[in-house]
Amino acid sequence: MKLLEFLKRERKKSASVAKERLQIIVAHQRSQRGQPDYMPLLERELLEVIRRYVHVDDNAIQISLDSEDNCSVLELNVTLPKS
Amino acid sequence: MAKIIVVTSGKGGVGKTTSAAAISTGLALRGKKTVVIDFDVGLRNLDLIMGCERRVVYDLVNVIQGEAGLNQALIRDKRVENLHILPASQTRDKDALTQEGVAEILEKLKEEFDFIICDSPAGIERGAQLAMYFADEAIVVTNPEVSSVRDSDRILGLLASKTRRAEQGGDPIKEHLLVTRYNPERVTTGDMLTLEDIREILSVHLLGLIPESEAVLRASNQGVPVTHDASSDAGQAYSDTVSRLLGEEIPLRFHEVQRKSLLSRMFGGNRR
Repeated sequence: MKLLEFLKRERKKSASVAKERLQIIVAHQRSQRGQPDYMPLLERELLEVIRRYVHVDDNAIQISLDSEDNCSVLELNVTLPKS
Repeated sequence: MAKIIVVTSGKGGVGKTTSAAAISTGLALRGKKTVVIDFDVGLRNLDLIMGCERRVVYDLVNVIQGEAGLNQALIRDKRVENLHILPASQTRDKDALTQEGVAEILEKLKEEFDFIICDSPAGIERGAQLAMYFADEAIVVTNPEVSSVRDSDRILGLLASKTRRAEQGGDPIKEHLLVTRYNPERVTTGDMLTLEDIREILSVHLLGLIPESEAVLRASNQGVPVTHDASSDAGQAYSDTVSRLLGEEIPLRFHEVQRKSLLSRMFGGNRR
């Protein structure tokens, strides 16, 4: 019986792995919901421009578009490496 | 007032057509005048599941292009009164569907029917978008499996942005979650997402739960929607789903492991 419990505990249940993965991907998908179709391209091109001057990682750039009452704010966050 | 309900999912093979057929049959069995439309132009299958494949003469595209009248294309179900099927075209390409054409057909159907069920094709292309565009309510069919859940979330995003209700800023589409192919045994062993997990991830109201069931394949083999198999678990689960769609409050069934009785164990009670 003990052995059975031990064997069972060894493996993380696949369903909980699935849940964690889904929570992450769904949160990501939702953050992109409602944003204009050009955002992924804009993000890529901005990254290219920045890279002409500084080398930054793919995930060093964060871009978001927030809508307020009568205008939208494009927020760009780039983490530059220490020079 | 007629209600337009789209059965959609994003991912293919999760049970959209089975569900559209079973739910529209269930509605008609309760006396609701119901029509079910196949939007899968090029790959029609609803006619097979409904068992009327040999009676298709005209289809959705014929009607849109003015080659046939709506009443010529509608197929009356042989088993249930009040149920009609509007099949998809087998040969045309997807561009044959136009928004204006679909709008016109739905307006006409609204005069005659209580429920208009739109069976969406898989994917998020034109056919799927047109199937959902005019909907009042949406049934998102989801399997307890990662790719299906993710695609369902994508579809929920589209329902909230690329539909007439979203564009015109009226009441949003009422979204329902229908979990199909649920296997309580595998949930118990930790190898399948639980109903709660799915509901939590998608945060949508749960309309129904259909267990993985042998009755579904049996039903499609015979071309008889599984709702007619009232002794089967899936048939009963779809019947419950229809009740909830009509506003009744019915407790969930089939989400827990069923204990087999001694007799059914001895005689291999496989009829589910």
